[in-house]
Amino acid sequence: MKINLKEHLSLTEKRNAKSDLLFSRKRNRRRCAAFRNTQKGLAFILPSFAGVCIFWLIPYVDVIRRSFCGAVNGEFVGIENYRTIFANKAFRLAAGNTLRFFGVCVPLLVVLSLIIAVLLAGQKRFTKILKSFFLLPMAIPVASVVLLWRLLFDDQGLLNHLLHMLSVQTTDWMNTGASFYVLVISYIWRNLGYDVVLWMAGLSAIPAALYEAAKVDGAGEWKCFTKITLPNLLPSLFTIVVLSVLNAFKVFREAYLVAGDYPQEKMYLLQHLFNNWYRDLSLDKMSAAAVVTGLVIFLLILGLWKAWGKGGAE
Amino acid sequence: MRKVMQIFRIRKIGSLLLVLLALVAIFPVFFSVTGSLMGQKELNDLLGAVLTADSGSASGQAVSYVFWRVLPLYPTLRSYVKVLLDSPEFFVMFWNSVKITVGVLAGQILVGVPAAWGFARYRFPGKNLLFMIYVALMMMPFQVMMLSNYLVLDQMKLLDHLWGIILPAAFSTFPVFIMYRFFESIPEALMESARLDGAGELLIFIRIGIPLGSAGIISALVLGFLEYWNLIEQPMAFLKTKSLWPLSLYLPQIDISQTGKAFAVSVLVLIPAVIVFLAGQDYLEQGIISTAIKE
Repeated sequence: MKINLKEHLSLTEKRNAKSDLLFSRKRNRRRCAAFRNTQKGLAFILPSFAGVCIFWLIPYVDVIRRSFCGAVNGEFVGIENYRTIFANKAFRLAAGNTLRFFGVCVPLLVVLSLIIAVLLAGQKRFTKILKSFFLLPMAIPVASVVLLWRLLFDDQGLLNHLLHMLSVQTTDWMNTGASFYVLVISYIWRNLGYDVVLWMAGLSAIPAALYEAAKVDGAGEWKCFTKITLPNLLPSLFTIVVLSVLNAFKVFREAYLVAGDYPQEKMYLLQHLFNNWYRDLSLDKMSAAAVVTGLVIFLLILGLWKAWGKGGAE
Repeated sequence: MRKVMQIFRIRKIGSLLLVLLALVAIFPVFFSVTGSLMGQKELNDLLGAVLTADSGSASGQAVSYVFWRVLPLYPTLRSYVKVLLDSPEFFVMFWNSVKITVGVLAGQILVGVPAAWGFARYRFPGKNLLFMIYVALMMMPFQVMMLSNYLVLDQMKLLDHLWGIILPAAFSTFPVFIMYRFFESIPEALMESARLDGAGELLIFIRIGIPLGSAGIISALVLGFLEYWNLIEQPMAFLKTKSLWPLSLYLPQIDISQTGKAFAVSVLVLIPAVIVFLAGQDYLEQGIISTAIKE
C-alpha cells in the first residue's frame, strides 16, 4: 500500500509540473467551482451529521435544558439541580475519588510510559514484539480479565500470596482503601501501550542529527535526554495527558465487573454514581451531573484543540 | 572505558526491565489459556482458598492462598467442550456480540467515510465549528451521554433492542476523526489533476479518496472492533432481556464455582480480539498516533 502511494505521488507530481501553466489560467473558473464544491462537501457530510444530530447532539441539548427543570413537573427551577448535586454526599465522594484517581494515575502512566518508550527506542532487537506485548492489553476484552482480577485481588488471592512469600504485609485489596489501587493497576495495565505508542511517535520525530551533534560536542546520554529528548517531547505532553484522562473513564468497566454497583468507598467513581442514578431514573440529578462533567471535559478538549492548532502551524 | 561499561550495564538493566514489564502486561493471556486447559478438579485444588471463601485467619489457622501453575498438570479440553456443546446461551450471546460489532462497523463505514472525506477535502462556512462538535462528541465518555442516549432510545422505542445499541454507535464521530486525519494527508494536487481530467467529485472520492485513505479506514475498523467487541456500559444500561446481551456481559454471570467454564469463555472472547490485534497492529498504531499528532 505504501509503495503504491509513493508511485501515485511521483506520477502526479510529474503531471502537475506540466499542467502548472494551465492552472493559472483556469484559476477564475476554479473559483466558481469552489462554490459548487462547498455544496458537494456538505453533501458528503450530511448523512453523518443528520445521524449525529438525532442520536447525540439534540438529545444532549435536551439534557442541558432538563438540567434546569424540576424532576416532577418539568418546571423551570434555575440552578436548583446543580445546587442539589453539589450538596449531594455521593456526588462529592464520587467526584473527589475520580479527581484523585486522575491525579494519581495519569502522571504515573505518563511517566512510566515515557520511560518504557525511551528504553524501547534504545533497544536494538525485539523492539516490535515488545511493543506488541505492551499494546496487547488494549485488545483484551474486560470480560476476559474479570476472573483474573478477582483471583488476583482477593484477600487470599495471588497478589497477597506473592506478598506473603516476600514477607510483605498483605492487604485486603477489595474491601479496604487499597481498592483504589486496584483501579490504578487496571488502568495502567490497559493504557500503558497506548501511551508508549504516542511517546514513541514523538521520539521518532526528533531529528537524529541533533543527537549526533550533541555527541560530537561530548554530551553524555543523560545530558542528551534532558537537553534534547525532553524539550522536544514537550509539545506531545499535553496531548498525551488529555488522551490519558479521557481513557481513564473506561476504567469503570473493570471496576464495575469486579466489584459491582456499590464497591468499596474509595473505588466509588462518578461512573458508578451515574449508573446508580440511571437505575433510579433520577433524571434531574443526572442531567445536571452530565452537564457539569461534560463542561469539564469540553474545557480539556478546547485545550487539546489549541495544541493541535499549534502543531499544524509549525 | 569504564564509562562505556557503565552505559552498557544500564542498557542491560533497561532491557531486562522492559522484558519483565512486557511479560506482566501479557500475563492475563497466559493465565486464561492455562486455566482453560485445566480440569475443574485441578482448578478447585489451586483456587480453593478463594472459591470456598472460608477465611483461615478467622479460625486461627495459617491463611491459605490461591496457587497457580505455569502449565496445567493434567491438560484437558473438557471446559471448552462444556462451553461449546452444553451452553446454548454462549452461542446466543456470541452472535449478539457479532451482530453488534458488525452492525456498528458497517454503519460507521457507510456514513463515516464520506463524512471524513467531506471534512478533509472541502471548505465551507461553519466547517470548523462543525468539526469541533464532532471532536467534542467523540471524546465524551459514555456516562456523560448516557442520559441523552436513554432519552432518544426511549423516544424511538429502541430500548431493549439491539438496534438501540447499534444505531447511536454507528453515528459515533470517532471513526470520522481518524479517517479525516488520513484523508487530510492526500495531496490536493492529486484531486486537482483528476478534476482537470474531468472527474466528478464522487468519482474522485471513490477512485482516489478510498484507495489512498484505506489505511485510515482500516485503522478506524481495528480500533472500532476492539471497542465494540468489548462493549459493556451500553448493553448494561439499555438491554434488559438477557437473550440480547453480548458476550462481554455473559462472563460475569458465570458462577465462580464454574471456574473451568469461565476460563474457557474468557479465552473464546479473547481469540477474535487477539486475531484482529495481530493482523491490524500497524493500523492500530497509526490510528492511535493519528488521534494525537498532526503530521
